[in-house]
Amino acid sequence: MHTHPMKLVTIIAEPVLEPRLAHDLKQLGATGFSVVDGRGAGSRGLHATTIPGDNVRLETIVSIAVADRIVDHLAQHYFTDYAVVAYTSDIAVVRGAKYDTAP
Amino acid sequence: MPLLDTLQANLLSPIPLAFALGVLARLMKSEFALPKDLYASLSIYLLLALGLKGGYELSHASVASIAWPAAATLALGVLTPLTTYGAMRWLGRFSTSDAAGMAAHYGSVSAVTFIAAQQFTQRVGAPAEGFMPTLLTLLESPGIHIALAIGALNRGPTRQHGDAPHSTGSTWAVLHEVFTGRTMVLLVGGLFVGYLMGESGWKAVSPFFDSGFKGALMLFLLEMGIVAGSRLGDLRTVGPFLLGLGVLLPIVHGAIGATLATWAGLSVGGATVLATMAASASYIAAPPAVRLTLPDANPTYSLTASLAITFPFNILFGIPLYYRIAQAVATAQV
Repeated sequence: MHTHPMKLVTIIAEPVLEPRLAHDLKQLGATGFSVVDGRGAGSRGLHATTIPGDNVRLETIVSIAVADRIVDHLAQHYFTDYAVVAYTSDIAVVRGAKYDTAP
Repeated sequence: MPLLDTLQANLLSPIPLAFALGVLARLMKSEFALPKDLYASLSIYLLLALGLKGGYELSHASVASIAWPAAATLALGVLTPLTTYGAMRWLGRFSTSDAAGMAAHYGSVSAVTFIAAQQFTQRVGAPAEGFMPTLLTLLESPGIHIALAIGALNRGPTRQHGDAPHSTGSTWAVLHEVFTGRTMVLLVGGLFVGYLMGESGWKAVSPFFDSGFKGALMLFLLEMGIVAGSRLGDLRTVGPFLLGLGVLLPIVHGAIGATLATWAGLSVGGATVLATMAASASYIAAPPAVRLTLPDANPTYSLTASLAITFPFNILFGIPLYYRIAQAVATAQV
């Protein structure tokens, strides 16, 4: 089966950021994403807003260029002040065009 | 009744006992907690019931009787964030953002503390005016907006994100966040529905919304005890200044609230409830708004102070104290 190399970007963040991150992902060229709730603790010792919820994990499959843009954007706007973890993984998908936006 | 007796009577009533049980469960490291969805459902039930009953009561209140209390409430909404900001900034030497974040919490109001005060005044035979939930909605948001405005103005433009493709902390986003929060929608919505449906409507739904209210409140307070209990460990990290402030601010705000409320013509019960509102700190509406607008404010300070210090203080000791202050102010005025 023919597959296309893509990037999976995973972002684990405070729940208050979900709407904002969802908006950013679309703006930066992701065609879609999925969100799941999670629990955990990190280097900041707490998840800042424990009252509205635990934390969220956003995943999106994007091209290498878009993945770079997303990670740069997160580093610039979120890493300093918020509990946000992001990483990328190499994956292969069957329908490459589904995840690729026009440059 | 002497203050000590009032305190004791309060401590042995359902709300503080349920709260204490929750704290105890957490201290014993019990795995017990209310399921998250039940907690959310209970808060929806309580807020809507509060709004409906308040709206129904409002339908037979005169504009004249509510005008001055409403003005007093708005004055408290402006004053409490300013005193909190001043105390944090100049006495505690906290950063602008931390001070403004704290001011947003203490400028807003805790609906559960409000309900606890309402129940207390009923129990001691001095029930508050029926329109009090209307005042609760008035106090919910001004404090948050004032505090966030102070924070945004004093922080200066250095942390603005320029041409970022998102709306970081934009005024509109924060306004939307505060005005469409669960508390505002259910309370304000409930007030309108309760007002429009009048007495016959209220009678039809009161078996559900009135009879179950106190029981639901106990369950909710049990969970609040667990939440507050799990933050007790943070008391060590916030330091003695915030510990003291978490107790002093509610007393000062409560005393000012009781005085303004009495001047505005509220009964002793009403003044107790308004004083408690001024003394309480928000831990539901304020945290996300602060987090999005002032990201460099440390949420441990404001959440621990409002949830692990001020909330228990008000539930256990504050409300009877404000009742005594309201009584004293009313006597002095006569």
